[in-house]
Amino acid sequence: MWKSRAFEALIILFAFLITLPLFAIIYYVVKTGIAQINWNFLTNIPQPVGELGGGIANALVGSILIVLIATAIAVPLGILCGIYLSENSNSKISYWSRLAVDILQGTPSIVIGIVIYFWVVKPRGGFSALSGSIALAIMMLPIIIRSTEENLKLIPSSLKEAGLALGLPYQKVILRIIIPCGFSGILSGIMLAVARVAGETAPLLFTAFGNPYLSTNLLKPMQSLPLLIFNYATSPYDEWHQLAWGASTILLIWVLLLNISTKLITRKWKVQL
Amino acid sequence: MEIRHFFSLRKVRAEAAFKRTLLITSIVMIVIALGIFLTLLVHSMPSIKALGLKYLWGKTWDPVSNIYGGLPFLLGTLLTSFLALIISVPFSYAIAIYLGEYKTTGWLSGFLKNIVELVAAVPSVIYGFWALVVLVPIVRTIETKFGVAPYGVGIFTASLVLAIMIIPYAASLGRELIRLTPSALKEGAYSLGATRYEVLKNITLPYTKSGLFAGLLLSLGRALGETMAVTMVIGNSNMLPANIFAPSNTMASVIANEFTEADRTVYLSALIELGLLLFLVTVVINIIGKAVIKRFTNE
Amino acid sequence: MSCNNPDTTKTGGSENDNTLIGAGSTFVYPLFSKQFAEYNKQTGLKVNYQSIGSGGGIQQLMHKTVDFGDSDAPLNDEQTQQMGAPVLHIPMCSGAVVISYNLPGLKDTLKLTPDVIANIFLGKVKAWNDAQIAAVNAGVQLPSTPIVVAHRSDGSGTTNIFTTYLSKVSPQWNTSPGKGSSINWPIGLGGKGNEGVAGLVKQTPGAIGYVELAYAIQNKMAFAKVQNKAGNFITPSVASTSAASNIQLPEDSKVSLTNTDAADGYPISGFTWALVYKEQKYDNRSQGRATNLLKLLWWNIHDGQKFCEALNYAPLSSSAVTVAEKILHSATYDGKQILQ
Repeated sequence: MWKSRAFEALIILFAFLITLPLFAIIYYVVKTGIAQINWNFLTNIPQPVGELGGGIANALVGSILIVLIATAIAVPLGILCGIYLSENSNSKISYWSRLAVDILQGTPSIVIGIVIYFWVVKPRGGFSALSGSIALAIMMLPIIIRSTEENLKLIPSSLKEAGLALGLPYQKVILRIIIPCGFSGILSGIMLAVARVAGETAPLLFTAFGNPYLSTNLLKPMQSLPLLIFNYATSPYDEWHQLAWGASTILLIWVLLLNISTKLITRKWKVQL
Repeated sequence: MEIRHFFSLRKVRAEAAFKRTLLITSIVMIVIALGIFLTLLVHSMPSIKALGLKYLWGKTWDPVSNIYGGLPFLLGTLLTSFLALIISVPFSYAIAIYLGEYKTTGWLSGFLKNIVELVAAVPSVIYGFWALVVLVPIVRTIETKFGVAPYGVGIFTASLVLAIMIIPYAASLGRELIRLTPSALKEGAYSLGATRYEVLKNITLPYTKSGLFAGLLLSLGRALGETMAVTMVIGNSNMLPANIFAPSNTMASVIANEFTEADRTVYLSALIELGLLLFLVTVVINIIGKAVIKRFTNE
Repeated sequence: MSCNNPDTTKTGGSENDNTLIGAGSTFVYPLFSKQFAEYNKQTGLKVNYQSIGSGGGIQQLMHKTVDFGDSDAPLNDEQTQQMGAPVLHIPMCSGAVVISYNLPGLKDTLKLTPDVIANIFLGKVKAWNDAQIAAVNAGVQLPSTPIVVAHRSDGSGTTNIFTTYLSKVSPQWNTSPGKGSSINWPIGLGGKGNEGVAGLVKQTPGAIGYVELAYAIQNKMAFAKVQNKAGNFITPSVASTSAASNIQLPEDSKVSLTNTDAADGYPISGFTWALVYKEQKYDNRSQGRATNLLKLLWWNIHDGQKFCEALNYAPLSSSAVTVAEKILHSATYDGKQILQ
């Protein structure tokens, strides 16, 4: 009997140990970075080495734009594919498509960066925010497709059949009835995908390239928060380290907020059938 | 009669167009996955033709003399990933067992579940930055105590931070599978007087064995492809690592370091060949893992 | 999924041509950073320079994804061939590659001879209190800390300057590993860019690494006096770098300054060159863009030189400027000279 108790204690110990590094990281990042954040920090671009007053405006705007475009590419494509897979579970194409989605999900992000370099950057003759967005979109697709497929499968087919029986065209049944029904699940899938790629660096190394200036031109290189953190963290300049901590704090808060709000939305909006 | 015919024709066309669009999006996925493989293959050809299979166990990576051997990176990748996996197992299994068996509901269980998901959400570059500033000095102190060269960075540090990052994958999968253990089996054992520990050891764990193994595979797949956190703390040395405290490089980190400046065709192609290997290995591991889970949940 | 979009920058005209893209040497990055900011204040032209290493700059220029590259190593024969078209080397300034170390307890500045440096980086000298180091630093209390070598993990012109020097002064180094932008280092940790190596040395007690002078000074790191060919122990500085670079440049300006004959010259110095294609009309490039580029480089070698000293780079000598001007004048757009 005591063996069972001892085992349980051991399990509880090891299970909760994981809170240590997480809290350590969040605490350290926020403590070091929060001092950096002020209006100047958010609205200025980095200064030349050795000069004070720099900020991360270019990375902030860049991250938002790149992720926004990636979402715009991935969401329609992903939802439509998810619909197909949930509607045609047994077709041959579904089998291969699902396999392809599994493959994409397991592909290391740096490999995607290499491939997009050859697909978009070289033919265009230059780095661009757009190529970065395309790379991120490919990473978002498996998450969105998966969650759409799973959520739509949960909806009883009687709902779809009722709509069709009333004479509504197929696309209206799917887009106006079924999708809104599974909306909370699909939305949480999208938000998780966004949270996942917002922090990705490797695919942007050879695509968006970085930019010391604030730019909104999608066809030119652009800076992003993870790229800035990577470059500045490994530099020897103290001012740049401080910028990197501030940027890390913002990125961390952004990602954590997305994750937490996803949970809240799923709980609140879950449709009872 | 005519009007009805007219409406249904248009409706049929619109439906057909929509269904065709859905089909096309699915095919697009296949095209992308295939495209990735082919692009990697095509651009690895120069190096495959020039170096052949010897590349895989070549010990020297010397771009200046045009000598390329992938062994240092294969070793670096395998060592960091497996070490990370070993370190993470007690923790991910403990979480899986706790959440799947001891406390499946309640606020404490919800709390732990959320913590685990947040660990998976923290961006890799932030793990790397934190590890660089916090873990590296700690490892350096450990190395000084052991009398090893106090690099601070190296395979060991990279494995530590990787271990933290991959715990959530095996943990959440394990939790789902443990919960799926048929209660009939467990109740049978309890009614025979078994303790919780005995039920776990003799019923639940053997039952979920293959599924837990699949969870390890998924964690491993994640570890193999991880780039940023590893690049920042692995020491970036292209030599064969002498021991686990030595600096090294993984396939992913050497690509990140040298891709933008590989100025010769064979050099660039050798790097892409590493990418191809990485792609093939992670994909195979992920697919095996998913197949095992599917078989397990369908049994 | 290959995109053959028409290049919309062609129609963008002056707005797009007002931002130039460059990549390459981390060696020169602190200077470029300052120069481009000043140039932007004066003319409004923006320059997006990514400090990815000389090797990276050469590769991106080869792929024509940047307007100019910068490298501390001139193009070798294979790279020249791969470029496909003639590439101009325009010297920007010269700098010193210093041997920086992390020994917080040490008050005096370390003195190093070529042999000792080679042996440290070959891994033959493993601890700071080794007899070889002590022999050159009489009276200095050296700690027993193990030596942690830091080198570049990326393709680096700085590495090229340092290893060219080592190959000249150490027959063993010349045999193996030899010189180059990215060599097979016998031991040590790799850092990305001058930034990475400086970061490693700064954070690792007992570390030694080679970085450009500006990085060492900016980070308040200690660096050694190196014995030059004439036998004098020279402190790297603007003055000693200028002494080493005060030579007549050849017409194409490709020359190595290492192991200088100058009595008070620092032996591990080198130029850094901006790289542009001689014929600027390629790939939809407009005349406006080419002119902006050349005007920028012209400014760099004239007005821009006044920022060198404050950042611890040696400005170009007047003869070097003359050679550079001639090279810039040889750039053409559609066969016609761009700068008058």
